[in-house]
Amino acid sequence: MLRKFVFSCLLAVMLAPAFAKEAASVAADPVAEARLMKLSSELRCLVCQNQTIADSNAELAVDLRNEIREKIQAGMSDAAIKDFMVDRYGDFVLYRPPVKSTTLVLWLGPFLLLAVGGGVLVFNLRRRRQSVAEPELSRDEQALAESLLQTDKIKETTT
Amino acid sequence: MKAWYLIPLAVFIAMLVFLGVGLGLDPHEVPSPLIDKPAPVFRLQTLEPPSRLLSSEDMRGQVWLLNVWASWCSGCREEHPVLVEFAKTRVVPIVGLDYKDQPDDARRWLANFGNPYVASVSDLDGRTGIEFGVYGVPETFVIDKAGVIRYKQIGPITPKVLHDTILPLVKKLNAA
Repeated sequence: MLRKFVFSCLLAVMLAPAFAKEAASVAADPVAEARLMKLSSELRCLVCQNQTIADSNAELAVDLRNEIREKIQAGMSDAAIKDFMVDRYGDFVLYRPPVKSTTLVLWLGPFLLLAVGGGVLVFNLRRRRQSVAEPELSRDEQALAESLLQTDKIKETTT
Repeated sequence: MKAWYLIPLAVFIAMLVFLGVGLGLDPHEVPSPLIDKPAPVFRLQTLEPPSRLLSSEDMRGQVWLLNVWASWCSGCREEHPVLVEFAKTRVVPIVGLDYKDQPDDARRWLANFGNPYVASVSDLDGRTGIEFGVYGVPETFVIDKAGVIRYKQIGPITPKVLHDTILPLVKKLNAA
């Protein structure tokens, strides 16, 4: 618990310089700033690609955060701001891409693979059960086995 | 029965093919949603003379290229000689969008390396760049007579891109 607290303090101190440039507006309107952080954490920075606009300190990300901040102040809805971004940078900016014909493989692919894997698993399990199942003895074989066991027992007692 | 053992091999080969294709793709090239959409309108100060304003509307009625560049951009340095050579042919006017740059640096840069542009405008705060969905300079847009974006080149224009893609497109658009 304490360790977590210390860690988050350290993190805050480390991140402070990164946000220094935006400090004034944070103080100005914490609600808008929270919205900005939430929105920009769902948008991809196209320069670094594996970071969100919220995380990235690339110059474009800083510019885009400012752009989004202004749009929030102008009273635009989150959806309208996202549309603004998509209109310019494409669906790629969204960390949660919309379900469309072009993204169908992306959305359904994993389930398809799961189904194929499950199918293969069931098929193999069935086959294995069949091959492992003990063959039943016929009546003659049963008798033979019993007599053999019997002779063994006699041998044991005689020796 | 034996065929079953070939399945992992087949899967492996399929993955190799996918990886091989993936290696040849540039993940930084994101298809622009602006293709076949009207180019965003801008009205910005030109580098030379500094007081003049140039609007994208001024280019209406002709096919033109918008080349996004900056003096701090190394890819632009690579692309610049290609543009300078190309500008001499006067096939199509090239407008420069000097993206997030110091106008003084930009003017010096043009003086040193040559000026292929009919005009360059200053996008000091990168706003116009955002309107055009710019994320990696240099970028070049081919815009038709009606002001519609027809092609976007991300990264430096190479002689190959110029001759195989941009020139044929410009000719086609000019004929239209």
